[in-house]
Amino acid sequence: MDELNLMNETTQFIVIQLGDEQYGVDIKYIDNIVRMQHITRVPKVPEYLKGVINLRGEVIPVMSIRVKMDLPVDEITKNTRIIILKLEVHGIIGIIVDQVKEVVTLENEQIEKVSYDGKEDKINYIFGIGKYDGGLISLLDLNAVIMEREV
Amino acid sequence: MDVSQYLEIFLDETKEHLQSLNTQILNLEQEPEDIDTINEIFRAAHSLKGMAGTMGYKRMQALTHEMESAFSEVRSGKIKINSDMIDLLFQSLDALEEYLDNIQRNADEGDNENKHLIKKLQDIVVNGLAEESAPKTTATAAKKKATPSSEGTEKWMEIPLGETEQRVLAIAQKQGKNIYGLTVSVQESCLLKAARAFLVFKAVEDLGEIIMSQPPTQDIEDEKFDLFFNLIVISEYPLDKVIAAAEGVSEIENVRGGILEIDDSGIENIDDVEMELMNSDSMMPMEQNTGKSGQSNTSQGEKKSSKPVVNRTVRVDIEKLDVLMNLVSELIIAKNSLVSASSSEETSARSGVNEQIEYLESVTTNLHESVMKVRMVPIESVVNKFPRMIRDLSKKLNKKMDLFMSGEETELDRTVVDEIGDPLMHLLRNAADHGLEETAARIRSGKPEAGSIFLDAFQDGNNVVIEVRDDGAGVDAEAVKQKAIERGVITAEQGDNMTEKDIIDLLFHAGFSTAEVVSDVSGRGVGLDVVKSKIEALSGEVEVKSKKGEGSTWTIRLPLTLAIIQALMVTVGGEKYAISLGSIQTIEDIKPGDIKYVQASEVINLRGIVIPIIRMSQILDTTSKKADDEDMVVVIVKKGDKMAGLIVDELMGQQEIVIKSLGKYISKCKFISGATILGDGEVALILDANALI
Repeated sequence: MDELNLMNETTQFIVIQLGDEQYGVDIKYIDNIVRMQHITRVPKVPEYLKGVINLRGEVIPVMSIRVKMDLPVDEITKNTRIIILKLEVHGIIGIIVDQVKEVVTLENEQIEKVSYDGKEDKINYIFGIGKYDGGLISLLDLNAVIMEREV
Repeated sequence: MDVSQYLEIFLDETKEHLQSLNTQILNLEQEPEDIDTINEIFRAAHSLKGMAGTMGYKRMQALTHEMESAFSEVRSGKIKINSDMIDLLFQSLDALEEYLDNIQRNADEGDNENKHLIKKLQDIVVNGLAEESAPKTTATAAKKKATPSSEGTEKWMEIPLGETEQRVLAIAQKQGKNIYGLTVSVQESCLLKAARAFLVFKAVEDLGEIIMSQPPTQDIEDEKFDLFFNLIVISEYPLDKVIAAAEGVSEIENVRGGILEIDDSGIENIDDVEMELMNSDSMMPMEQNTGKSGQSNTSQGEKKSSKPVVNRTVRVDIEKLDVLMNLVSELIIAKNSLVSASSSEETSARSGVNEQIEYLESVTTNLHESVMKVRMVPIESVVNKFPRMIRDLSKKLNKKMDLFMSGEETELDRTVVDEIGDPLMHLLRNAADHGLEETAARIRSGKPEAGSIFLDAFQDGNNVVIEVRDDGAGVDAEAVKQKAIERGVITAEQGDNMTEKDIIDLLFHAGFSTAEVVSDVSGRGVGLDVVKSKIEALSGEVEVKSKKGEGSTWTIRLPLTLAIIQALMVTVGGEKYAISLGSIQTIEDIKPGDIKYVQASEVINLRGIVIPIIRMSQILDTTSKKADDEDMVVVIVKKGDKMAGLIVDELMGQQEIVIKSLGKYISKCKFISGATILGDGEVALILDANALI
């Protein structure tokens, strides 16, 4: 990430579980993490948009990144959480994740950027791979994940 | 001085003044002799000049200065108003508006000096005065005589005298004292101008009394003057001595002066003057401080009857109001939770809760109303500019026309009022250009020579209706149809099957204009569809009715408020939806057997009216929970003249709901206008009945 400078060479990520894989979400985008709740379906929107929820009086859209990334559909368990993200371009939006595990602090050297020549679709949603004690985490490029897919 | 913090106020006030000028000059055109109008124009021009000067907009100031000068002559009766002058004044106003636009965009007035306008205004003054044969000064009270002087530095002659000063001077004159005007020039190299000025004051005060100075004393002390300042002095000593005393101060370039004669005829009754003074002070706070060449305002009789120049307005930051609005929203949500809590409890405990709910309900309703009222502004601010526009159009199109307006006091949400100006302007232009026939054609068809355009606004239930009506030729449906076919908007067969009303509605289609010749007034083919989309963006609707030969009526219907509505809650396929009560006509129970088919679509025959029905479960991609043979609940909704029946599963009841945006991320869904939060915290979507029909 460009904004990392010499003074602050570390970035904090929240490690989330999606299926068998672990992903990292930059903590600066995270507004809140809430338990799974009733999602009101909105008709005539792309499949990955699950609907809207009420977060303290505000109506917030919620998307399934599993559907967006062509993973099997979400199975709602007691560990399922909605991460509320605050993004500059798209405003506030929630994403459904299987589980929120921990917060890790990665130094710049621990992040390996990935190139975009991979043929796989979902590689586009990742800007790097983080290496830490617990193993590898794919670092999500949130703007790419949230961006509407061109038809 | 940093004036940027005043920029917003400056813009607002300048707009008000310009509007007032526009209105007053229009009045003046009708009644060129009306002294009240002339006075108000003078005052507005004067205030404008002062404000522009304070903000450092020199070009704007220069132009207003010339307008003010011209009007000062008009006011004193030396120049008569004629139509050329009115045109020139309007041009000047346009130029001022241009400055204002520039300032609004980039805080800079631009570099158009409008020299030709300034020149013309000066010509008017010069010519007007040259034509002046007999002296007929009716209102000027102060005549000033200058001692002969070769140079034009007699600035003291231009000091505007307030009434206090005049009174004092008149009394002094009666007592046989001398009144002098002095212009003191400071040397360019002078470093401490304020200090030198102070010494001059002191020297002069030894010999007499300084009645007033220009700039005001405070400004002189703060060194807010260029190289000269003016004084008016009462003294028993001869003029030469006073000048010599002032010139005795070092670093003073020179002092020029003369005797001032006060015409005291206008100041007979001192008590009266004092009364007037209080009025005039509150009305024109800038008059005495900022005027440089403006003549003293002495027309006394008129003041009592004249209105204040602008409306007194309270400016409230919209953001603050929005916060208040959100608070109210939460209050309503809280109320709704109480409602849902009470319905689940035992009957015994319920009565107390019910009382609370009733109380809460009255509080929230009142709060809602009062907050709404704060947001409401009369549409006056928007429609005020139209008489001027129609006048200009009348000249440009060479058609005679009059604009009649009513209901300017009708109030609408501020956000709506700000947006409604452009669509209304389009409709009026349209009426003037296409609606009204050429004068010759009007005379042929036996109509009055001058066409009439009406702009009526009124409240109708939860809506505000604005009608633009003309008595012109009406819409030629056949011509519209031909044009539409020609433009490829419809096919010839479609055209044959369309009703006259449908054809007229084609006018709102993008890229459509019936004017044979594209003029710069209207007819670019972008007007009406923009009008329609703009009004729909405001949750309003626009319709047109036309009768050939008798004129057309354009009706705009806007909701009073955009934030909280009364809604009917329904369920479809187990999901809850809200439908605005405003668009609901009736609710009917229909047997499945009553559904008929017309052109392969389902309709019902309701008391003689055939209404198409829409199965909401299909539209919303869900499955109805009801069996096919059960009776159906049909909500009949209305949009203008059109109706439709929405089949829903169940009715839940009426509720006051707070409209929340779905956010820009989910904006694709056409017939969902927003969402609301129910008492149990669940989100329900709001169906936009208008989009469904």
